[in-house]
Amino acid sequence: MIPEIGHFALIIALCLALILAIVPAWGAWRGNSVAMALAPSLAIGLLVFVGISFGCLSAAFLQDDFSVKLVASHSNSLLPPIYKFAAVWGNHEGSLVLWVLILALWAAAVALFSAQLPLLVLSRVLSVMGVIAIGFLSFSLLTSNPFARLLPGAPVDGSDLNPLLQDPGLIIHPPLLYMGYVGFSVAFAFAIAALLGGRLDASWARWSRPWTNIAWAFLTLGIMLGSWWAYYELGWGGWWFWDPVENASFMPWLAGTALIHSLAATEKRGLFKSWTVLLAIFAFSLSLLGTFLVRSGVLTSVHAFATDPERGLFILVFLAVVVGGSLTLYAFRAPAVSSRVSFAWVSRESLLLCNNVIFLVATLTVLFGTLFPLLVDALGLGKVSVGPPYFNAVFVPLMALLVPFMGLGPVSRWKQDAVARWRSELAIPAMAAVVCGFTLPLLHAPYNIWVALAVLLSSWLVLGLARDFWQRRGRLTTGYCGMLIAHLGFATCIIGVVATSQYSVEHDLKMRIGESKVLAGYEFRFVDLAQVRGPNFMADEARFEVMRDGVLVASMSPQKRRYLASGSVMTEAAIDAGLFRDLYVAMGEPVGSDGAWAMRLHYKPLVRWMWLGAILMAVGAFTAVLDKRYRRQRDVVHSRSEAALHGA
Amino acid sequence: MKLAHQLLVAGLVLMSGRALALIETYEFSKPELEARYQQLSEELRCPKCQNQNIADSNAPIAQDLRKLLHQQLEQGESDEEILDHMVARYGDFVRYRPRFGGAAAALWLAPVLLLLTAIMLVLLTLRSRAKNSDAGTAQLSNDEAARLRALLKKAEHDS
Amino acid sequence: MGPRLKLFLPLILFALLAITLFRGLGLDPSEMPSALIDQPLPAFSLPGLSQTGLLSEADLTGAAALLNVWATWCVSCRVEHPYLKQLAAQGVPIFGINYKDEDAAALRWLDELGNPYRLNIADREGTLGLDLGVYGAPETYLLDASGVVRYRHVGVVDDKVWRTILEPLYLQLNKGSSAP
Repeated sequence: MIPEIGHFALIIALCLALILAIVPAWGAWRGNSVAMALAPSLAIGLLVFVGISFGCLSAAFLQDDFSVKLVASHSNSLLPPIYKFAAVWGNHEGSLVLWVLILALWAAAVALFSAQLPLLVLSRVLSVMGVIAIGFLSFSLLTSNPFARLLPGAPVDGSDLNPLLQDPGLIIHPPLLYMGYVGFSVAFAFAIAALLGGRLDASWARWSRPWTNIAWAFLTLGIMLGSWWAYYELGWGGWWFWDPVENASFMPWLAGTALIHSLAATEKRGLFKSWTVLLAIFAFSLSLLGTFLVRSGVLTSVHAFATDPERGLFILVFLAVVVGGSLTLYAFRAPAVSSRVSFAWVSRESLLLCNNVIFLVATLTVLFGTLFPLLVDALGLGKVSVGPPYFNAVFVPLMALLVPFMGLGPVSRWKQDAVARWRSELAIPAMAAVVCGFTLPLLHAPYNIWVALAVLLSSWLVLGLARDFWQRRGRLTTGYCGMLIAHLGFATCIIGVVATSQYSVEHDLKMRIGESKVLAGYEFRFVDLAQVRGPNFMADEARFEVMRDGVLVASMSPQKRRYLASGSVMTEAAIDAGLFRDLYVAMGEPVGSDGAWAMRLHYKPLVRWMWLGAILMAVGAFTAVLDKRYRRQRDVVHSRSEAALHGA
Repeated sequence: MKLAHQLLVAGLVLMSGRALALIETYEFSKPELEARYQQLSEELRCPKCQNQNIADSNAPIAQDLRKLLHQQLEQGESDEEILDHMVARYGDFVRYRPRFGGAAAALWLAPVLLLLTAIMLVLLTLRSRAKNSDAGTAQLSNDEAARLRALLKKAEHDS
Repeated sequence: MGPRLKLFLPLILFALLAITLFRGLGLDPSEMPSALIDQPLPAFSLPGLSQTGLLSEADLTGAAALLNVWATWCVSCRVEHPYLKQLAAQGVPIFGINYKDEDAAALRWLDELGNPYRLNIADREGTLGLDLGVYGAPETYLLDASGVVRYRHVGVVDDKVWRTILEPLYLQLNKGSSAP
């Protein structure tokens, strides 16, 4: 019964989305405030019914209802309850319901927190989100029904959730990622609303910015979690593979970063308006493209949720309608919203322009590289592969190019600045950065030129920020602090990425109990081997002791698990995490008959800095949203409406 | 639906291969060979897997290719020779870093062209925006100046 | 019209992208043509399964033929086997490569299920497979009379595959070569 209720709720949600897409938009076109005023209630109604549907699906999983096909193929009675819940979105159909749920959440949030938004704008924004909801709801109902039943003949037990996904990371990674992807739909909706209205002023940017920043922060966290999860779950110590699905999340992030900076310029100075609108369309289009790539089977990936060309066609048509439609609207309406504000060669605006352009080039490069195999195949030119060697070679220089501009940005002035002033402000940080670049890498043997370069660039950022912070110490705003934290995060991330790539040491070898191996000054001793039992697996567990300079530094217990339900075998790496280094041990196979095992030992310096940097970036973005000026608006509106009420 | 189910199962099997990360213990006669082995095994793609290099894959063909790589390194082949050897048997598909020839030239040139176009765009935009700024410094009228003072005072008051 | 046209650029680029993606839906990204098409068989010297002495690539020449890569551990090969027997009965020469398998098990298999192969190469280590670019079983190569590889099919050879892909090529190759 419950699955049927869930199914029905989804259908009602689709109907509400249809009404939301049409009626308020018509109201905005004709100036009918009754029609427009329906939008917030419809958005909330959408959330309620999608929520009910999601709740029913979760109930089916939690209650082990194996008559529902989805539950039978992705869950199992032995699965711990938390993973039964996470299994709801650990598959194609369920993840779509999550997508729509989060879309509805954002729409409801916009409906509830937009007291200062004119009804004309709000109705258009929510209508656009309604259109997107229609697409995903119909996709779900027509091609990927999560509530399909296996009656008659429901299996006694399910096939189990892929052991790789039985992990806390799975519980949070997709929802965070979706909060980001889907969150860009708000910026997109604002952009479309502006184009439809033919007006885009600084207040538009002020409304858009918080939503965009929050979405970007979530996306940052989602990507970071994905990288961290791959690192500790997959057993090979890697954290980014430029896989098409990973790129599908990274491209909206890159475009989104350009967008949040462009919005800053639009808000402060009213320029880059049509640029910002285009970026908003671009970022969300990349989110939709990502959905297509992950589910259509057009590109090979270990991550792909589904490889069904029929479903792919549906999404492609939807993509064509939404993106094609918005770009057409842009082509016709952009002149109405563009600005002719001027600024000097040397100014903050020009630095932001450089920032935008570099991120755009980076996004397009990743896009081209990801789609290149498909392009070559479609043109009949054979089969090629594009992987990490290519992406690393082209992406890293672009980021290196970005950093000098990034260091100048916070210090620079709007409209007109002078190189002489930059020189006087930043000469000391620049020189100190060069010194750091030469000396700090000496702390870790062997001296590495790439690390030196990374240290130089990061120090440039950090010291420049420190200098600027000191200058402004009496008059800090929350927005400024947010920027400070986020840029610090970026600098930290750079160090983490480069240090780990350059200094990691890895060794695969055969080890027997009692043997040890020295790696980067750490002695790994294989002490013992035991059998352990988990809730739904059996495992061989190796015990390692790690010594440094004769002192015990860590005890590590990697496992080789066999999951009872599916029989699949998985290695669970043991990681000794540290702020300055990670030690990593993974078990391979038993070798020979004398109790020897193949072991992989890793030493990974500063790898956590990468994820800490990402967390800082997200924290910075969230902080910036708390700035007074977004709240003051509400007070102004509040006091204005008070005044109106009391007839002042 | 059956096909999708099969694919999903295949996907599960392949994904678990990644976590299996078969760890081989090849001995190398020289340490630099081991470094080259690690690097090359990350550049070669497993012909059968869902986008994995031969270092991370547990598929039998990946194991065979790793063994072949080890043999070739010990025989003293250069990196290019080894890669050509693999390509001769499995095609360009097996290289993760596309060679510069033919279609892949576009791949390597694209970022460069994009960057050059971007720089041009920036220069053109800066030029047109800067030109306007010379013509904008009109004087404020008395009214406007008074309004400005009032607004500034209010802003100070608020913050 | 210049600046106006610029505004349409994103739309045009998107249209091109959409067309490419549409074409991509009809393609299979994991399908890989053999790197040895129109090249002679690699040289090899391996024992036969039920013959004494060594076999080489010369033993596979003389007429257009199929070269089938199979093994007892390969489930799909069992599915394909009856059809291969049918083809052999029709007079199509089929050679086999017993890929990374054990001789005893392979011989038992052929005893039980029948033997459509003119001869079988015992590629126990998979070295010939590596030279051919084999990455799994079953795979079937189509050779011409002088031992040049003309086509490779990955997966089971069934009636549909034979009629639509392999047979036309096979007949063409036969017409071209001199009759034995």
